[in-house]
Amino acid sequence: MKSIDVAQIIPVVKKLCIDANYYIADDVREKVNQALASEESPTGREILGIIMQNYELAASRQMPLCQDTGLAVIFVEIGQDVHITGGDFTQAINEGVRQGYAQGFLRKAVVTDPVIQRRNTGDNTPAIIYTEIVPGETLKITVVPKGGGAENMSALRMLNSTEGLKGVKDFVVDCVRKAGGRPCPPVIVGVGLGGNFEQSALLAKKALLRPLNARNPDPFWAQVETELLERINRLGIGPQGLGGSTTAFAISILQKPCHIASLPVAVNIDCHCHRHETAVIE
Amino acid sequence: MSVTHHLTTPIETADLDNLRIGDKVMLTGKIYTARDAAHQRLITLLENGQSLPFDPKGAVIYYAGPAPARPGRPIGSVGPTSSYRMDKFTPPLLAAGLKAVIGKGERGPDVIDALVANRAAYFVAVGGAAVIAAQSVKAARVIAFEELGPEAIYEMEVENFPVFVAIDLQGNDLFRQGVARYRRE
Repeated sequence: MKSIDVAQIIPVVKKLCIDANYYIADDVREKVNQALASEESPTGREILGIIMQNYELAASRQMPLCQDTGLAVIFVEIGQDVHITGGDFTQAINEGVRQGYAQGFLRKAVVTDPVIQRRNTGDNTPAIIYTEIVPGETLKITVVPKGGGAENMSALRMLNSTEGLKGVKDFVVDCVRKAGGRPCPPVIVGVGLGGNFEQSALLAKKALLRPLNARNPDPFWAQVETELLERINRLGIGPQGLGGSTTAFAISILQKPCHIASLPVAVNIDCHCHRHETAVIE
Repeated sequence: MSVTHHLTTPIETADLDNLRIGDKVMLTGKIYTARDAAHQRLITLLENGQSLPFDPKGAVIYYAGPAPARPGRPIGSVGPTSSYRMDKFTPPLLAAGLKAVIGKGERGPDVIDALVANRAAYFVAVGGAAVIAAQSVKAARVIAFEELGPEAIYEMEVENFPVFVAIDLQGNDLFRQGVARYRRE
């Protein structure tokens, strides 16, 4: 049994919020560089150049890459031999978010209720927290600042079970086509297949966490991803939707068993400011 | 071949006549931020016959809500937000005198018609390139709806703010034409 005090969690979450918003990961940078070489549209190439320049400036000026520093989506893998002490776990995560968004000069984008008041909570809490119990005695925390523009273009459909692979592929491509320039392409497409209604959505979000240069471990799904990425990049949407051959940098599929009657498919889109940071507390 | 133009606000119709989709514009002068909640309030003011917090004649609205400024800097990161959410509010503001709006992403047919009818343009800034946008902001202050936080209306003094012409005075739409050109389905 390992004890982890909530006081250890707060500064870790704070730092992850700030770092995720200031620094773009190398896998995204690599995709932008590849697209700079392959993009057919001159305007598209200019936009990719601006995006790359923005990555450099954000780090050097210590400013968030995008003003939309998102909802703080937080995945925590809790080792089953960990005992969390010293206070409330959820409050500690939210305190880390509060400190990170205040001290990192990040934008606060949470409103109190979705319909009537829509008053800004002022500290970007509550965070959206997902916990999973895993073997071991560590706490693995991943912060995903998720902007509203790309999230708004996400979709879920309960397909008829016999619609099969073609139904899945067409739904994913249509989702990106309909989104057009709104989710800030080039995008990353997370796809959740199977499970049930809510599990497919969560799988789609988790799919976004796979490194962009990693292939799906299953050769069949790896092939489907390659085919879908080619189809998406033939849509012509291009950087920012102004036309071009780079609409998506990557597509990542996660699947789970599902009900005999169902074929849930969820598509979660992320923008080119593809942000996530992970730390492990031991 | 795209051309770079330099424009200063307030904008006159004549300034926009020779702009074509795909051209670049370096914008200088005062512009006003407004997103969803501020737009709702602006429309209510117009409907009640009240005056807006800024003079709409020749004005430019930027669909944006900035991140907080670090001490000693005029503003935090301030890239564009998706324009389609402002579509239903845009025609009356164009009728009130706006000459350009800046955002990101496609506009609906009603906005394109209203742009042509009012001889105004739609510019796009690069979504996500929010530090680059902030670099052109020399001064900023909240002039209305402070209680909305990042959704308040900021008057920003910009210098060579880089944008692209996405819909011009002829109603040409760079989104439609650009995608048609590179589509290989």
